[in-house]
Amino acid sequence: MQTPTPERSELMQTLFGRLSLDAIPYHEPILLGTFAATALLGLAVIAWITRARAWGWLWRDWFCSIDHKKIGVMYMILALVMLLRGFADAIMMRLQQAMAFGDAMGYLPPHHYDQIFTAHGVIMIFFVAMPFVTGLMNYVVPLQIGARDVAFPFLNNFSFWMTVVGAVLVMASLFIGEFSTAGWLAYPPLSGADYSPGVGMDYYIWALQIAGVGTLLSGVNLIVTIVKMRAPGMTLMKMPVFTWTSLCTNVLIVAAFPVLTAVLVLLSLDRYADTNFFTNDFGGNPMMYVNLIWIWGHPEVYILILPLFGVFSEVVSTFSGKRLFGYTSMVYATVVITILSYLVWLHHFFTMGSGASVNSFFGITTMIISIPTGAKMFNWLFTMYRGRIRFELPMLWTMGFMFTFVIGGMTGVLLAVPPADFVLHNSLFLIAHFHNVIIGGVVFGVFAGISYWFPKVFGYHLDKFWGKVSFWCWQIGFLFAFMPLYVLGLMGVTRRVSHFEDASLQPWFITAAFGAVLIGAGILASLIQFYVSYKRRASLRVVGGDPWNARTLEWSTSSPPPEYNFAFTPRVHEVDAWWDMKRNGYVRPTSGFLAIHMPKGTAAGITLAGISLVFGFAMIWHIWWLAGLSFAGLIGAAITHSFNYDRDYHIPADEVTRTEDAHTRELAAQEA
Amino acid sequence: MSATAHAPGLAGDASRFYLKEEHHPQNGTLLGFWLYLMSDCLVFAVLFAMYGVVGHNYAAGPAPKDLFYLELVALNTAMLLFSSITYGFAMLEMARNRKRATLIWLAITGLFGLAFLGIELYEFHHLIHEGAGPQRSAFLSAFFTLVGTHGLHVSFGIVWLVVLMAQVRKHGLTVVNRRRLSCLSLFWHFLDVIWIGVFTYVYLMGVLR
Repeated sequence: MQTPTPERSELMQTLFGRLSLDAIPYHEPILLGTFAATALLGLAVIAWITRARAWGWLWRDWFCSIDHKKIGVMYMILALVMLLRGFADAIMMRLQQAMAFGDAMGYLPPHHYDQIFTAHGVIMIFFVAMPFVTGLMNYVVPLQIGARDVAFPFLNNFSFWMTVVGAVLVMASLFIGEFSTAGWLAYPPLSGADYSPGVGMDYYIWALQIAGVGTLLSGVNLIVTIVKMRAPGMTLMKMPVFTWTSLCTNVLIVAAFPVLTAVLVLLSLDRYADTNFFTNDFGGNPMMYVNLIWIWGHPEVYILILPLFGVFSEVVSTFSGKRLFGYTSMVYATVVITILSYLVWLHHFFTMGSGASVNSFFGITTMIISIPTGAKMFNWLFTMYRGRIRFELPMLWTMGFMFTFVIGGMTGVLLAVPPADFVLHNSLFLIAHFHNVIIGGVVFGVFAGISYWFPKVFGYHLDKFWGKVSFWCWQIGFLFAFMPLYVLGLMGVTRRVSHFEDASLQPWFITAAFGAVLIGAGILASLIQFYVSYKRRASLRVVGGDPWNARTLEWSTSSPPPEYNFAFTPRVHEVDAWWDMKRNGYVRPTSGFLAIHMPKGTAAGITLAGISLVFGFAMIWHIWWLAGLSFAGLIGAAITHSFNYDRDYHIPADEVTRTEDAHTRELAAQEA
Repeated sequence: MSATAHAPGLAGDASRFYLKEEHHPQNGTLLGFWLYLMSDCLVFAVLFAMYGVVGHNYAAGPAPKDLFYLELVALNTAMLLFSSITYGFAMLEMARNRKRATLIWLAITGLFGLAFLGIELYEFHHLIHEGAGPQRSAFLSAFFTLVGTHGLHVSFGIVWLVVLMAQVRKHGLTVVNRRRLSCLSLFWHFLDVIWIGVFTYVYLMGVLR
């Protein structure tokens, strides 16, 4: 499809590389329909923004904003949009597998099916789970530690836009060319130039590389923020648990993502420069790729889950009306998981043939990880024990997590036994296991976090009815969708298969497809929930800044918080700093405000990311002149930005006074 | 931290809960840059590991013994080590607040860096000319990538150095520029450390093999 026709002139080749009109898949009705729908939706959004004359506001107040709160919200929106795409892939796979038995070939040709399962994995991990987690951390961490922003606000904006560029490249592959067919981790030699000559693999590589820059920088940023910018009195062992888990996650990001970057560079060299790292001949070693990618990949799953463990801790303690049971053990468990996550990577390929001793080492380290995780589970249970539990939405998601995640954890321990893994490796049992922990842990955690902090961010509650509908659809849908996969896996069905001969398997797949439809209903209910809550925002308004009677500092300021977060930097005496303030007669200051020093917004982040997008696209399509030009442009733009020394300003004291007075009046009105 | 005395005339209670004055957290740039360097160090760790695993896979092609001229590499190493010393002199001059001397030492550092790059490019050219290019075997792929990545870092370091010299000329040794010079200093010495690893592990041990 992508190889240029022989008649193609030298000039066209130089100008457009591999890109030609053939790259647009107008012969595939599914893609064409998707393109039409996306284009119409896009046009509608553009028209709506134009009609509302919102472009200037959007550009100045959001795209160029370096306010951690706005960037956090933008991450969440990106993740939500990409969730819809990732879920569309999921339901297409479920439909195909429920249909394609015997003579029925289903509706997806294998080449298309392979792209879908690759895209589903890549999107869900890199462009749904990661932005959700980063968004939550970005929004909440500075508020929890009593800071005005992150340590490097400009880098924060840049990181976000680099992540967007990665997502844009994955989406572009749908309509220009194709996406990778080599699975979400792209094992060579399949992902090498010989077996994946098309642009799909290159879309994969450049999307991950560009987004990876953003992820790494945001990791550095949040570590420095947590280490250097805590409010006075907040020692490490007085940090909220969510901040602790965020710190550990970001340490993992900085210590794992460079490995992904390096291994993808090596794979790119194999593809672009004919080197022999992972080839079958000339001394290459494909298993080295598998080792390296999992040295990143295993910490990655803890990068995703740890912050949500933090969310559950905050939620459980708030809605049980008690301080968290075993704070210290919770912190130690988190740190132990952080360290152990580097010692288990080989359990992803016990079948490589490393021998019994190596496999037992990694089997045992894997089982050991379940100990700190189990300790956390008991801490949450004991926090609830004899608590005055309020079954609000965040608490529902948390309890759903506890139930679901324990099942996933136990099947994980089964897989950690090397002899069992030889049977279950690459089977649907594995697929069921990791969806069990990722949906039950990460997705439920994200929804718990969203429903917990939504009133903080927007100043009004999420609608409870639609939230409950969403929760039950997800919870029951999950069981229907993945329990059959455990059974199928035990029967020996392998993953990534688009057609089956044995008709006796079909009922299980139909059940799984039904589960996926229920999950779809859950996603729809969430969207309705956002819409309904926005419509009814006046009646859902939160009274004061602290609707849940919560315990940590982010609730001590108004909801939504002012640009500068805190008029005065709080002083911390206890783990639950806000609880301590409430108990000891804290009175909100209403005078004596000072000018506040803040960083200035800039277009540099979105500009640099935009040039990166051009560079990535040019590299994918072998348009060398454009790649060279955009790379030079990238360096030039970065240098130009470094000559800008005017990066901050002061919010004048009377403006702070005005903002705070408005909040005072609001509080008085609500109390009256 | 919590030892701020109560300002006279203020409610004693309030200062338990918040600071009355503007809070200035420590600047985290150096810590952040250090973290970035450690992440970069991991990139090199992967490249070293790759070299360690496939470094013997010559695919019936040339081995280190046939390719490396230690005299040339020793000269190259000297260039890089000298550049680190001269960067150190630049930092000393910066501490004495002497802008001109700082700039001169930075320029000398840049020249040493360019000499290093020139020699490396000459070596690469020579190897490729002999038919020992990165495509020849996994050993050579790993060799070129490890050494080349280091060289690429030095190139970026030189671009950064030139930019910083322009900024110091324009704005002087301001707080911001001092911080930037310190970051580049960390970066430059870091590349030195990596090179010592390359020199030992790739060249010296390669010739011994």
